[in-house]
Amino acid sequence: MLEIKNLHVSVEGKKILKGFNLKVDAGEVHSIMGPNGSGKSTLASVLAGRDGYEVTEGQILYRGRDLFEMDPEERACEGVFMAFQYPVEIPGVGSIQFLTAALNAIRKHRGEEEFDAFEALKLFKDKLKQLQMSDEMLHRSVNEGFSGGEKKKNEIFQMAVLEPSLAVLDETDSGLDIDALRIVADGVNALRGPERAMLVITHYQRLLNYVVPDYVHVLVDGRIVRSGGMELALRLEEHGYSWAGERDPAGVAAARL
Amino acid sequence: MSTTTDSIEALAQREYKYGFVTDIEQEFAPPGLNEDIIRFISAKKNEPDWLLEWRLKAYRHWKKLYERGLEPKWAFLPYGYGPIDYQAISYFAAPKQRPQSLDEVDPELLRTYERLGIPLEEQKWLAGVAVDAVFDSVSVATTFQKELEKHGVIFCSFSEAVQKHPELVQKYLGSVVPHSDNFFAALNSAVFSDGSFVYVPKGVRCPMELSTYFRINAAQTGQFERTLIIADEGSYVSYMEGCTAPMRDENQLHAAVVELIALDDATIKYSTIQNWYPGDEEGRGGIYNFVTKRGKCLGRNSHISWTQVETGSAITWKYPSCILQGENSVGEFYSVALTNLKQQADTGTKMIHIGKNTKSTIVSKGISAGRGQNTYRGMVKIMKSAENARNYTQCDSLLIGDKCGAHTFPYIEVKNRTARMEHEASTSKIGEDQMFYCRQRGIGMEDAISLIVSGFCKEVFRELPMEFAVEAQKLLSVSLEGSVG
Repeated sequence: MLEIKNLHVSVEGKKILKGFNLKVDAGEVHSIMGPNGSGKSTLASVLAGRDGYEVTEGQILYRGRDLFEMDPEERACEGVFMAFQYPVEIPGVGSIQFLTAALNAIRKHRGEEEFDAFEALKLFKDKLKQLQMSDEMLHRSVNEGFSGGEKKKNEIFQMAVLEPSLAVLDETDSGLDIDALRIVADGVNALRGPERAMLVITHYQRLLNYVVPDYVHVLVDGRIVRSGGMELALRLEEHGYSWAGERDPAGVAAARL
Repeated sequence: MSTTTDSIEALAQREYKYGFVTDIEQEFAPPGLNEDIIRFISAKKNEPDWLLEWRLKAYRHWKKLYERGLEPKWAFLPYGYGPIDYQAISYFAAPKQRPQSLDEVDPELLRTYERLGIPLEEQKWLAGVAVDAVFDSVSVATTFQKELEKHGVIFCSFSEAVQKHPELVQKYLGSVVPHSDNFFAALNSAVFSDGSFVYVPKGVRCPMELSTYFRINAAQTGQFERTLIIADEGSYVSYMEGCTAPMRDENQLHAAVVELIALDDATIKYSTIQNWYPGDEEGRGGIYNFVTKRGKCLGRNSHISWTQVETGSAITWKYPSCILQGENSVGEFYSVALTNLKQQADTGTKMIHIGKNTKSTIVSKGISAGRGQNTYRGMVKIMKSAENARNYTQCDSLLIGDKCGAHTFPYIEVKNRTARMEHEASTSKIGEDQMFYCRQRGIGMEDAISLIVSGFCKEVFRELPMEFAVEAQKLLSVSLEGSVG
C-alpha cells in the first residue's frame, strides 16, 4: 500500500527527515512514536502534500504510484486521508455542505454517481450513529467554535464518511480528555479493516492502549531508530525516548524492509 | 515559494459572458451636453414643463460644479481613472422601434434578454417575478403589469409614470436625493433617461418580486437611470435589479439615482446584483459605476433594507443609504463587493439617525483578488433628536493573493448620548490552511476558494430573495474563475 524509501525532507532549509524508510501493507496499523521535533508531523504533511516541505531525496510509492506526482486533492481522491492535528475552522461553510462537496469530489473521481443532499445527509447520520457521536455538529460551520475534542471527533467522523485506503492520524490524541480519547479510539478501531492501512502518529503511548497497533516505530531526529510491536511502546513509556535513541543508533532496525 | 499562493496569484482573465453587442437600429442624441440636449430628451419623452425646468435647474447646478472642477475626488482609487469627457458622451440612445405591448417587442431584443437569462415572455418566468427591461436609455418591456394592477401596485418605466402618475412623481422626485445632492446626482437629474417606478398602495403586500434589468448596449453612451419606489402605509415590496454591458475598450459611464420612500409601517427590500463589464486584467475598458442610492424611512416603524452584490464595473462608487426619520424606523445595509482584475470599488453606506429609537445594521463583506482594490466607506450619524439610537456595524475583508488591497474608512458621528454603537472589523487572507484542509478532503482549488468565499458572504446572501441568492452565488464563482491556476 505505502512504501517510503530513504526520504529526506527539509523545511526552510533545515533538514527534518534524514533517510526515513517504512513499508505499510493493507490491513496493518503502524504507529510512529517520537519526541517533539523528531519529524512526525513533517511525515504526515509530506504524505498529504502540504506546501512548504522540500523533498531533497527519496521516494514514496502509494499503491505503486509516485505520490509526489499527485496534488493534495488527487491523493485524497485516491484514498489518502489525514486527520489533522489542528483542524481549521471555515466560517460560514456548513459542515454538511463541506462534507458533501468532499464526498462527491471523491465519488466523481472514482467514476461513481454523486450523492444528492438527501443521500449524503442519510450517510452522515448513519455514520454518526455508528460512531456514537451527536449529529449536532452537522448543523454548524466546519469546526467553527468547536472544542479541541469536538474537532478531533469531527476528523474521525469525516474519515468514516470518506472511507480512505490509507489513514494518517497526526497526533489525534493530543489535547483529548479520557472520554474523548475513548470515543476517538473506538472510531478508529471501527474503521480498521483488511483493505485499510493506518498510520497513527503520536507522542504518547496512551492512545495505543486503545488502538493497539501491529507495529510500533520510534522516530528520533528524522530516522526510525527502532521498530517492534506493542511491547516497544510500553518500554518507551517506561524509559523515555533518549533510551531508544542511544541503544540503537542510525536507524539500522528501520522497519521491515 | 508555495504553489497555492502562486496559483492563486495567477489571476487570469475570467470570461465575461455578457460581453456581446446587440445589433439593432437605434436612434441617438448627438454627443455633448447642453441645454438643447436636455430639451431634446425631455421632448422625446413628452414631459411636462415642470420636469423640464427641474432638469434644467439640475443641469445649471452641475455645470457650475463642473466649471469649478468639483467632480468628487475623495474616493480611494489608487489606480485613478481617466478624465471623463462629458461632451463626448451621447446622452440618449433608444431602439428605433417602440413597441406598444410585449407582443410587439423586437425579436432581437427578446433574444438579447434571453441570452442574459431574462426571458421577457411572461410564461417563461417563475410566476412571482415581474421584470422591467431597460435597454440603454429606455424601458423596452415591463411584464405582469396587469396582474399587479389588480392589487393596485404600479410598476412601470419612469417615463410611463411621468405620463400616467405625474402627481406621485412630482411629489417624490428629488425628495430623497435633491438635484443638488452631489456632482453625479446633478448630472443624472439633468439627463436621466429611464428607470423603474413603483408605488405600493396602503396595506398592500406586493404579491411578487419586482425587478429591473439594466442593459447598456450602445457605444459612446452613458446610462443615467432614475428609479423611484414609494411604499405607502403598511405596505411591503421586494425589488431587485441586475445589470450587464458589452465588453469594450473604452470606459462607459453609468450614473444612476435611486430614491426609496417608506411611509408608516412600510417595508422596502432593495436588492442589487451588479455585473457591469469590469474591464480586462490591465484595467482597460469597463463601466464607471457612479451611483447615488438613498432611502428615506419617513414613517414610524418603517423599514428599508439594501442588499447588494457588486462584482462588476471598472470603478464602483456607491453608498446606498438610509435616512431614519420616522420613530422606530430601521435601516439595513448588507453588501458583498468583489474586486478582481484591476477593478476598484469604493462602496459602503450612510445611516442617518434622526428619529427616536431608530436602528441600523451594516454588514459589509469585501473580497479582493487579482489586483483589485476594495474600499469600505461608511458613515453612521446620530443626530441630537435620535434618542436611543442603535447601530451595529460589521465590516470584513478577505484577500486572495497578495497583489490586491482592502481599505476601510468608517466615520461615526454621535450627537446624542443615549446612542449605542457597535463596530466590528476584520481583515483576513484566504488561509493556506483552509485551502489545504479542503484539498486534503478531495475538493479542488477553485471549488475550495468558492466554498470559502461563499461561507464568508453567507450573512449577506441569506438576505437576498431566493432566486437571487442562487444567482449571486454562481456569479461569485464565475467572477473568481481563473483566480487559481
